[in-house]
Amino acid sequence: MTSLSGALAAATITPPHIEYGQLSPLLVVFGAAVAGVLVEAFVPRERRRAFHLVIALGGLVAAFALIISVAATPSLFAHGSPGHVVAMGAVGVDGPTLFIQGTIVVLAFVSVLLIAESSHGVSPFAAQAAAVPGSAEEREGLLRGISHTEVYPLTLFAVGGMMLFPAANDLLTMFVALEVLSLPLYLLCGLARRRRLISQEAAMKYFLLGAFSSAFFLFGVAMLYGYSGSVSLSAIAAAAATNVSSATLLYAGIALVGIGLLFKIGAVPFQSWKPDVYQGAPTAVTALMASCTVVSAFGGLLRVFYVAFGQLTWDWRPAMWGVAILTMLAGAIIAITQTDVKRMLAYSSIAHGGFVLTAVVAATAAGLSASLFYLAVYGLTTIGAFAVVTLVRDPAGEANHLSKWAGLGKRSPWLAGVFAFFLLAFAGIPLTSGFAGKFAVFQAAAAGGALPLVIIGVLASAVAAFFYVRVIVLMFFSDPAPDGPTVVTPGLFTGAAVAVGAAATLVFGIAPEPLLALASHAAAHLFVR
Amino acid sequence: MSSLPWLTIVGVTPLVGSLVIALLPSSSAPGSDAARRRRDLLVKRTALGFSLLTLVLTIAMVVSFSPGGPDYQFTQVYSWIPRFGIHYAVGVDGIALVLIAMTAVLTPAVVLASWHDVDPPPEVAATADTPGSGPKAVPARARRRSVKAYFAWMLLLETMVIGIFAATDLFLFYVLFEAMLIPMYFMIGSYGVGRRQYAAVKFLLYSLLGGLLMLAAVIALYVYSARAGHPGTFLFSQLTHVALSPGAQKWLFLGFFIAFAIKAPVWPFHTWLPDAAAAAQPGAAVLLVGVLDKVGTFGMLRYCLELFPSASRYFTPLILVLAVVGVLYAAIVAIGQTDMKRLIAYTSVSHFGLITMGIFALTSQGQVGATLYMVNHGFATGALFLIAGFLIARRRSSLIADYGGVQKVAPVLAGLFLIAGLAGLSLPGLSTFVSEFLVLVGTFTRYRAAAIAATVAVVLSAIYILWMYQRTMHGPVRKPVEGMPDLKARELWAVGPLIALIIALGVYPQPLLNIINPAVQHTLTQVHAIDPVPPHPGQKSVTSVADPGRIVGGKLTKKELAP
Repeated sequence: MTSLSGALAAATITPPHIEYGQLSPLLVVFGAAVAGVLVEAFVPRERRRAFHLVIALGGLVAAFALIISVAATPSLFAHGSPGHVVAMGAVGVDGPTLFIQGTIVVLAFVSVLLIAESSHGVSPFAAQAAAVPGSAEEREGLLRGISHTEVYPLTLFAVGGMMLFPAANDLLTMFVALEVLSLPLYLLCGLARRRRLISQEAAMKYFLLGAFSSAFFLFGVAMLYGYSGSVSLSAIAAAAATNVSSATLLYAGIALVGIGLLFKIGAVPFQSWKPDVYQGAPTAVTALMASCTVVSAFGGLLRVFYVAFGQLTWDWRPAMWGVAILTMLAGAIIAITQTDVKRMLAYSSIAHGGFVLTAVVAATAAGLSASLFYLAVYGLTTIGAFAVVTLVRDPAGEANHLSKWAGLGKRSPWLAGVFAFFLLAFAGIPLTSGFAGKFAVFQAAAAGGALPLVIIGVLASAVAAFFYVRVIVLMFFSDPAPDGPTVVTPGLFTGAAVAVGAAATLVFGIAPEPLLALASHAAAHLFVR
Repeated sequence: MSSLPWLTIVGVTPLVGSLVIALLPSSSAPGSDAARRRRDLLVKRTALGFSLLTLVLTIAMVVSFSPGGPDYQFTQVYSWIPRFGIHYAVGVDGIALVLIAMTAVLTPAVVLASWHDVDPPPEVAATADTPGSGPKAVPARARRRSVKAYFAWMLLLETMVIGIFAATDLFLFYVLFEAMLIPMYFMIGSYGVGRRQYAAVKFLLYSLLGGLLMLAAVIALYVYSARAGHPGTFLFSQLTHVALSPGAQKWLFLGFFIAFAIKAPVWPFHTWLPDAAAAAQPGAAVLLVGVLDKVGTFGMLRYCLELFPSASRYFTPLILVLAVVGVLYAAIVAIGQTDMKRLIAYTSVSHFGLITMGIFALTSQGQVGATLYMVNHGFATGALFLIAGFLIARRRSSLIADYGGVQKVAPVLAGLFLIAGLAGLSLPGLSTFVSEFLVLVGTFTRYRAAAIAATVAVVLSAIYILWMYQRTMHGPVRKPVEGMPDLKARELWAVGPLIALIIALGVYPQPLLNIINPAVQHTLTQVHAIDPVPPHPGQKSVTSVADPGRIVGGKLTKKELAP
């Protein structure tokens, strides 16, 4: 494409200048994804998984190393500069973005471990996604022990999109990133090996609602372009500071772009997809969505609202207050009535999104760094929790109904203990990372003058604690059902995921300082404009 | 000052014990019944050893505390999370010191008294060995509980409580204040009796709600401390200097006070306590009522008063009303109880009302009395609960109606029960009398109506204690009570020291007063409260701020001699 257009208009258009070094983390992940597609094409079926694993995990490790090397480049932050704008102004490379990208890569690494787990006999993914549930093709695929290996490149594409999304410095790039991250996720949701109908239903719902929200986002981009004559975030900010006419376009644009972003986070009232999708999707994919996607979406939201609408804090703050309050309360209250562990974690994820929003509302460097910290520690805990969910199984697959978890603490005290630990972290009990995170965001919100939000957040935490504790009660104090699920011994990969989640939850609970310092350092100069 | 980090040593010792116990072989590991029992015994001996070691270390610390020295002693300050001004900072004033000492005394007693509380019942072993014994085996097996976890939780709780009393960083205090819920939650929920799950959840949710409200206040206080120009801090010594507007003070005060009022508990936040205490094993109930709840009253004294002096004075009338209502209401409700553990829990609610009243009377006598009351209540109610527990362990019922005539078959048990009960109703000569008297006198000098109303509770307390004693210990020997064994040596060793302390501190409370007085004076100076001048010039010395303890003590000995 580039070479073609370059050849056609060589006289008038200079070829774009691309800073490959600073974009290398993104390029590596996308490159690994493309390599994964080639593996699908050329490597025999039985050896694909090994190839994919090496490429995916290696690509993510390499990306992480590159992120660190970019962040350590002295010239990037020279003279107090917040960072660089690269790729002809399309991508920003700055502290918060690198922090978010690093978080996403780490979380994606752990998620890929879960996705790759196949020690329970078969992988958690459908043999042939195209086979109609209950059909002869499906049976044949199952009998032959085929499993989908496209999940690896799909995951990598999604992860690449997630890394680009918070880095995008103009709204069009952001939209492209949004689609790159969303489309593979729609597919991944529908690939569950068991309960395929509910999985496909989840994919369908996610796709339809996601398409709507993309349309909202794009419509908002158009409005903002109409208002400012540019899709670049800094140009929109500059126009908002000077151009006072046609404010309707601006506000409509903010609202529509905001809806698109809040949908991805799952903020109330745009949360309705979350429980269904989290429940239906294969649990490993749910873990990916609940950690990486949320981090990425918050990254995008933070960049847009801090950079493009940074001057308009007074205009969007009341609406964001409302969304944050609704999200915290609705998430916590509806979660009480859930009977499925994945749906419960989905509503819990909604409530936690509300907690992060309280810091977003602050619109300060402290708010930004608190959000970054919260997202990192929450993501790790979430993956650990979903990893535990994959281990509690009955003959029909995972036993997700909460009634089946009764007495789990008596049968496998270690697993139940770890899950209880994750739940306590979600509830924000001290000496877990969840408490440190909650403290950081509430502290930032209070310092930003949002004390009422903090009080509501604290009350929502109390409500949320109720349903977390209820599960602990169920696991430890109830008698096990005679036909209860069995707990499979975690394979190497799942075991590693659980261990990473638990270790991070504990370490960042007791000694959060290094990560807090890193987040604060990353957020010190806010986003590059 | 002594260079040894006493507080850290004392605090960490139970934690080490708890970890050691966790690493010991579990009783559910395969092996014969005898091997299992040997392993359980090792766990219990380890727990007892570590709790006694903590006690010895605590005594050494108390001895090296100099009552006339600086306000806070054995201080240590290390930066923990510098970004938020959070420190590992410990130090004790006299009030915290005596409470730590009380905790250290009660824990070995509780360990000793709980020796067989969580043992698997003997029939479990029988049914487990006979295969196919039918549906009976299932519930019996399900009720198997890990002995080592119970004692590990207990020691962990001791560490946390000592940490709470020792913390001089608000964040450290808050963290331990919340974390403390977890051991107690499992001790009630997993090892309790009756409606243990309901009680455990109620306990947890009540405490969590209070704790989270306090969290909002803690964060706000931190933000205010950051606004004052310097980087924010959680060090208590610096937070007392943060300038707050009167409105902000009131809100923050409420955030803290509600948390402490739930913990203490003060009427009307008390309903979780009777449920929790009735569902807990007697040992856990002692830790709950005797130790955990003291955190609430301690928090009022240390944090509410010193951080928010003007708000404290503003809310004093309201709190006194709550306290007095609580004192009377809980005493009346206690009379109507049919369950021994619930009855003792309600007496505690009544006593906590008195302690709260003493704290918020804002007089030196009131606060000295309240602090002394916290300690004495721990010993008296602890002994009462433990002896009631011995009774319950023999008859497997906590209903008063199931007993009668125990005194004839188990005279030692009945005698000690009586002494502990009399301490509960504050008989002169026993330690609780000193504290209750000081609280009432201290309140009377400023708020007569409150003191007079609360005095009615003294009469009510005689009714509930003596009536319970009469119904359980006197009368004809009921059939199930026949052949009930008297106290064993282990049980005597558990409650004997507590009874001895009750009597010793009743006769000679001066050493404790010497430790407490300077700390109370410091608190009162913080609140800018001066003892009211009494009408008679001849008694001027009573209000002398220099050393009221000496005078108070002198007055007491006069009273002691009177009866």
